[in-house]
Amino acid sequence: MDILKFITAGSVDDGKSTLIGRLLYDSESILLDQLEALQRSNRKNDDGSIDLAILTDGLKAEREQGITIDVAYKYFQTEKRKFIIADTPGHIQYTRNMVTGASNANLAIILIDARKGVIEQTIRHSFLVSLLGISQVVVCINKMDMVDFSEDVYGKIVADYEALAEKVGLKHVHYIPVSALKGDNIVNKSFNMPWYKGESLLHLLETIEVKVDYSRAHARFPVQWVIRPQTEALHDYRGYAGRVSSGSFKVDDKITVLPSGFHSSISKIELLDEEPAEAFAGMSVTIHLKDEIDISRGDVLVNSSNKPEVAQMIEADLCWMDTRPLDTSLMYFIQHNSKVTRCKIQEVVYKVNINTLEKEFSEDFKLNDIGRIVIKTAEPLAFDLYQDNKANGGAIIIDSRTNVTVGALMLRAAVEN
Amino acid sequence: MKHQLDYLDELEAEAIYILREVAGQFEKPALLFSGGKDSITLVRLAEKAFRPGKFPFPLVHIDTGHNFIETIEYRDAMMKRIGEKLIVGYVQDSIDEGKVVEQKGKNASRNALQTVTLLDTIAKYQFDACIGGARRDEEKARAKERIFSVRDEFGQWDPKRQRPELWNIFNGKIHKGENVRVFPISNWTELDVWNYIRREKIELPTIYFAHEREVITRNGQLMAASPFLNMDEQDVIEKRNVRFRTVGDMTCTAAVESYAFQIDDIIDEISASRISERGARMDDKVSEAAMEDRKKGGYF
Repeated sequence: MDILKFITAGSVDDGKSTLIGRLLYDSESILLDQLEALQRSNRKNDDGSIDLAILTDGLKAEREQGITIDVAYKYFQTEKRKFIIADTPGHIQYTRNMVTGASNANLAIILIDARKGVIEQTIRHSFLVSLLGISQVVVCINKMDMVDFSEDVYGKIVADYEALAEKVGLKHVHYIPVSALKGDNIVNKSFNMPWYKGESLLHLLETIEVKVDYSRAHARFPVQWVIRPQTEALHDYRGYAGRVSSGSFKVDDKITVLPSGFHSSISKIELLDEEPAEAFAGMSVTIHLKDEIDISRGDVLVNSSNKPEVAQMIEADLCWMDTRPLDTSLMYFIQHNSKVTRCKIQEVVYKVNINTLEKEFSEDFKLNDIGRIVIKTAEPLAFDLYQDNKANGGAIIIDSRTNVTVGALMLRAAVEN
Repeated sequence: MKHQLDYLDELEAEAIYILREVAGQFEKPALLFSGGKDSITLVRLAEKAFRPGKFPFPLVHIDTGHNFIETIEYRDAMMKRIGEKLIVGYVQDSIDEGKVVEQKGKNASRNALQTVTLLDTIAKYQFDACIGGARRDEEKARAKERIFSVRDEFGQWDPKRQRPELWNIFNGKIHKGENVRVFPISNWTELDVWNYIRREKIELPTIYFAHEREVITRNGQLMAASPFLNMDEQDVIEKRNVRFRTVGDMTCTAAVESYAFQIDDIIDEISASRISERGARMDDKVSEAAMEDRKKGGYF
């Protein structure tokens, strides 16, 4: 059994929380005391049924305002899979939360209100899903019960979305007509839409394939910590602790340490008392090398046959996440895997109007702005292009005054000096 | 070789990664150890993250003085086995120093008082990161908390000002006086923890398993009869077969009737159960926003 992480993108009114509530409720993932709390609460739908949205509203502040203000994580499992949902708000000022939730998702559910069709926020959400490189997209056309379960309405929205998907560069898109409120096509196939021949949402989520890059070529191992017991019995023990971020490593593989460029090969892979012959993407292990070289936190081990970019001037897409705008005269920190160094934003190349997808040219970069920038780092970064290898192509910007994470970077290209 | 991580392997690898980030990013981290199954799981994960080296942090136990004796015995035996450092902060000391006042009445508990002792212990040892065993599936306020959760110098959590947490990049930069609560098993569910304990053959305090015990029924829940529980003539002590789903202070941890004597029985019981784990904690029942309020005040 594996884990599927997905986000749900939609606005307050699209019934997003109801959809998640419905998935949990119909897959019997709601526990008795939660159900009791639901029944105690006096929020009901117009027809008197339980308001399932309460299941995902966590905070007092949200209940008072009837909105979702932050990323909420929900867990459920079926016999086939374990699911982690990042419920992200659709309201525009919370773009940063959607980017946050999307960064770790394998799949995105985009909700469209059947009565409204593809609207501005659909464009925004789809653009962000594409920007963050989520490979699988499920478009749920919700509230079908409000449009008499009409195949025509559904067909038109699908056609509109296909045009949008092409424009933002989304490839694997699935479409499902649903009613989260009534449960149509969520867990069980709907009797109200016999014209829909596809599968229910849950069935799709259970069976969809999650592609992970296990190639030897993309083997990347950021060193987090060096284990050196320095006891008498383990005097010469020196293990590099970390998690394989992409690809796979085997004993005897030739590796290069970046950014230093030293070469060696793997003598042993360890996980407590086990010695696996191979460590692949996602595994936390300790790696031993045949040669004694100077390696510390922030270095990355890569397969010598395929090296990432090593650069200090990098072109990247930036999503700004702080109320204080970007200051190009300021020094920030950049954190890329276990590496932290100082940086400056050299240039704002363009910003993207995420409602129209048009490029705009302006110097200022404010909360929730997205665009292309050039960044200069104090020390070289060993990175892959985000579009090729997400795990080694994302980075964050930290404000050195407040220590707050203020930007998300998708590294796109090394810039020649 | 099959390139797929089983969900338990993936959760384990993520938790080890987070623990190593703590080691790499902080000067004086600590692991908060309660004697419960979640913090016991953290100890196992720390062994996987740092052996054959020492843990780069001590274990810290906030002791309310109202412990199940089984928990303390377990703790001491475990410390002997792993050979790491243990620091104990006593709620009794906070009471003696006049920093907190013991609650009165039937539902008196020291659970709320331990926040003060925790904050004092953090200040005394200048811990900049405290690793805890909280999980997002426990409670709806927890569902919104980051894995690296920054607290101000008053220990407060501000849900509206959380740092965005992207990919696997955790920003542990803080100002002096602030500290970070780190939750490596955020993405685990109760069932995941039990399945992991079974897979790893981790020993637990005996109170997790069904045993005969003197209990009283209060507010519809079974509470262990103990000198710490304020009882009156209305309380009827009876012997029941029970076990505990969480291990906290004796005055706030309810038992459930159970015949689960082995871990397999427990996993079957949980799989079939319709009561979630925190349902057996009196401290969450006070108001619907109970956990949110306590977290804002510096609770784990």
